[in-house]
Amino acid sequence: MDFLNAIVALLNFVVIPAAAYGAQLALGALGVTLIYGILRFSNFAHGDTMAFGTALVIIVTWGLQALGISLGPLPTALLALPIGIALCSAFVLGTDRVVYRFYRKKKSEPIILVMASVGVMFVMNGVTRLLIGVDEIRFDDGARFLIAVQDFKTWTGLNEGLALRVSQVITFVVTALACWALFRFLNRSRAGKAMRAYADNEDLALLSGIDPERVVRLTWIIATALAVTAGTLYGLDKSFKAFNYFQILLPIFAAAIVGGLGNPLGAVAGGFIVAFSEVAVTYPWKKVAAYLGFQSDGLLQLLSTEYKFAVSFVILIIVLLFRPTGLFRGKAY
Amino acid sequence: MSNTRQAEASSRWRAPVIFLIIVALFVLEGTTRNALFSGSWNSALAILNMGLISAVMALGVNMQWGYAGLFNAGVVGFLALGALGPVLVSTPPVQGAWAAGGMRVIVALVVGLGTLALATQVWKRVAAPISFFVMPLVLLVGFVLYRYLFDPAVMAIEANNAASAGNIGGLGLPVLLAWPVGAALAAAAAWGIGKVALGLRSDYLAIATLGIGEIIVAVLRNEEWLARGVKNMSGIPRPVPYELDLQSDPDFVAKAAHWGVDIATASGIWVKLMYAGLFGLVLLALILLAELALKSPWGRMMRAIRDNETAASAMGKNIKGRHLQIFVIGSAVIGLAGAMMVTLDGLLSPGSFNPLRYTFLVWVMVIVGGSGNNWGSVLGAVLIWFLWIKAEVWGPELMSLLTAPLPDGALRTHLLESAPHMRFVAMGLVLLLVLRFAPRGLVPEK
Repeated sequence: MDFLNAIVALLNFVVIPAAAYGAQLALGALGVTLIYGILRFSNFAHGDTMAFGTALVIIVTWGLQALGISLGPLPTALLALPIGIALCSAFVLGTDRVVYRFYRKKKSEPIILVMASVGVMFVMNGVTRLLIGVDEIRFDDGARFLIAVQDFKTWTGLNEGLALRVSQVITFVVTALACWALFRFLNRSRAGKAMRAYADNEDLALLSGIDPERVVRLTWIIATALAVTAGTLYGLDKSFKAFNYFQILLPIFAAAIVGGLGNPLGAVAGGFIVAFSEVAVTYPWKKVAAYLGFQSDGLLQLLSTEYKFAVSFVILIIVLLFRPTGLFRGKAY
Repeated sequence: MSNTRQAEASSRWRAPVIFLIIVALFVLEGTTRNALFSGSWNSALAILNMGLISAVMALGVNMQWGYAGLFNAGVVGFLALGALGPVLVSTPPVQGAWAAGGMRVIVALVVGLGTLALATQVWKRVAAPISFFVMPLVLLVGFVLYRYLFDPAVMAIEANNAASAGNIGGLGLPVLLAWPVGAALAAAAAWGIGKVALGLRSDYLAIATLGIGEIIVAVLRNEEWLARGVKNMSGIPRPVPYELDLQSDPDFVAKAAHWGVDIATASGIWVKLMYAGLFGLVLLALILLAELALKSPWGRMMRAIRDNETAASAMGKNIKGRHLQIFVIGSAVIGLAGAMMVTLDGLLSPGSFNPLRYTFLVWVMVIVGGSGNNWGSVLGAVLIWFLWIKAEVWGPELMSLLTAPLPDGALRTHLLESAPHMRFVAMGLVLLLVLRFAPRGLVPEK
């Protein structure tokens, strides 16, 4: 019984939250890695793209709610998501047109593009603040729990409860669908193959008649769609606060680098590696240990939750030290 | 191609003209009272003082970016470490803090660093299959030992007079001595991070420094034993007299009466002028050193490395070593600016260390001013700082002008309320425009 309790506690406090967070990071890291693969720079504006897109989704959600449209038990934000993606993509394509394209044509150093992305980050950050302010916003509606703690306890008779929130299930389902669609697109479709060819060798791709501007546009749209989805899922799961989306940039970069920049499969794996390490290191293991028969006075917490960013940082440093190309060898899709 | 054309177009009058514009802006701020300017010398000098500190930060970033092309995205962290200097060196000692666990904390930190060093040595010296087991073991044992020493000591220090202190306290030394300490702290962190991230792809340094910046700020926020965390550390001593002391000083009262200024304003202005003089001296000394270094063979080597790493490497220059050197020096200058900043504020408030404000705004200053040119980044820093402060006032003014035709309602209120955020958009646009149309900045590198 104690063993079962330990497993339930582990699932409830570590596995499920970490998996949801990992899925959100994975979607974010996929965007970063795609942009790195095709446009060859680290996009510092990615976090703020997530924030901006999510802000748009929230506004559309409010609009839908005002019209009385809802999805029943599911959050209305899911309905607003495609509109948010479309609006945000339009904005991002605009930034590519007026900012990045110039440097691409000039074949500037990647670091100049990084600098330009810092400028875009400022603008997007400001626009997000203008649109929706800096306060914390909750925009989840519909049912909150698929499995509530009390129900689980009465069903199983265990001491430990298990909660499965609707937002977490949505995160798993949406992430799985998005990854499936993305990998199918990259591996099967003509446009996806063109993207991979362009990432592998730009000149050769040009020679085979691939339109580079089209590839770039597609990349931006896909990366933005992934970013807005990740941002919305993160916002549904926790809450929306513009500054948190800036801070999530570090775990996202860590995830992309762990998997190998430019490698989509690696980005997904990296997202889960970073999330599980973060949650495992900052979780107080006292309860689980007690069920397994180890009594402890301390919390058995390796690091307090305020330092969760330190975990992504340490992972980043380890990878940079021992395998700078990442676990899956970057740029190899 | 555009670079050469721009070099021809830039005349040697650019820097003086921009200097005059800045002077004019400050004089306007000091003398004219209208919707745009406050008409108070106190406010103008306050902006100037922080502008001078920003100029020191910009010099540091310019060394890293302008001389060597290194993107440091963690300026806020090095600044915060520098700010720790005055807290640890010059605040008065806390009664009983050292007895409670001071030595134990130091031993714990030494054990922690020693573990890392030992693990590195094990990795380097022990043969491959054995080291896979030995190194994690060293780290694990070291970590457990560190926590065993560290946690009780921290609890004891934080329990010591928790309401008003609860920190380790300073040494009570003069605050000017703390400035180099702040610089040294930042330099040490820079050395560590540079050792890992330099020599890899250029974006990796940016991402790694972004991380270290976040972590240093998190440490300052949460480690209450160090500098009271978010409870803020106030009462950092000043190198200049206090306003209240001046106001009770008969000589100064007589002088103020002679100038015909009321005593509160006069004391404020006098203190700020002294700060401005102090910061100005530091800034001038740094510019002098930086200019001398840039014109020396060392400076030419740095620029040669920046412009063509492969060629410089073929000439036998140690690229990674030079990069590490300049990264450490630049970070030390940023740390110095951090120490100066808390000295000016008399307060360390880790809650206010925001990367947008302290990292990326400094970047805007350097890029706008002219990367690679010390005078350019200094002028850019003061100018951008002035605009950043005033944009908070100008944004709402502009917004109320723009929204005047709109009927009073939710939309207009929302727009008016969010107008102060406009300055983020404005700074981003300034950065993008300069990067695109004048990539060498207002005062280009010669």
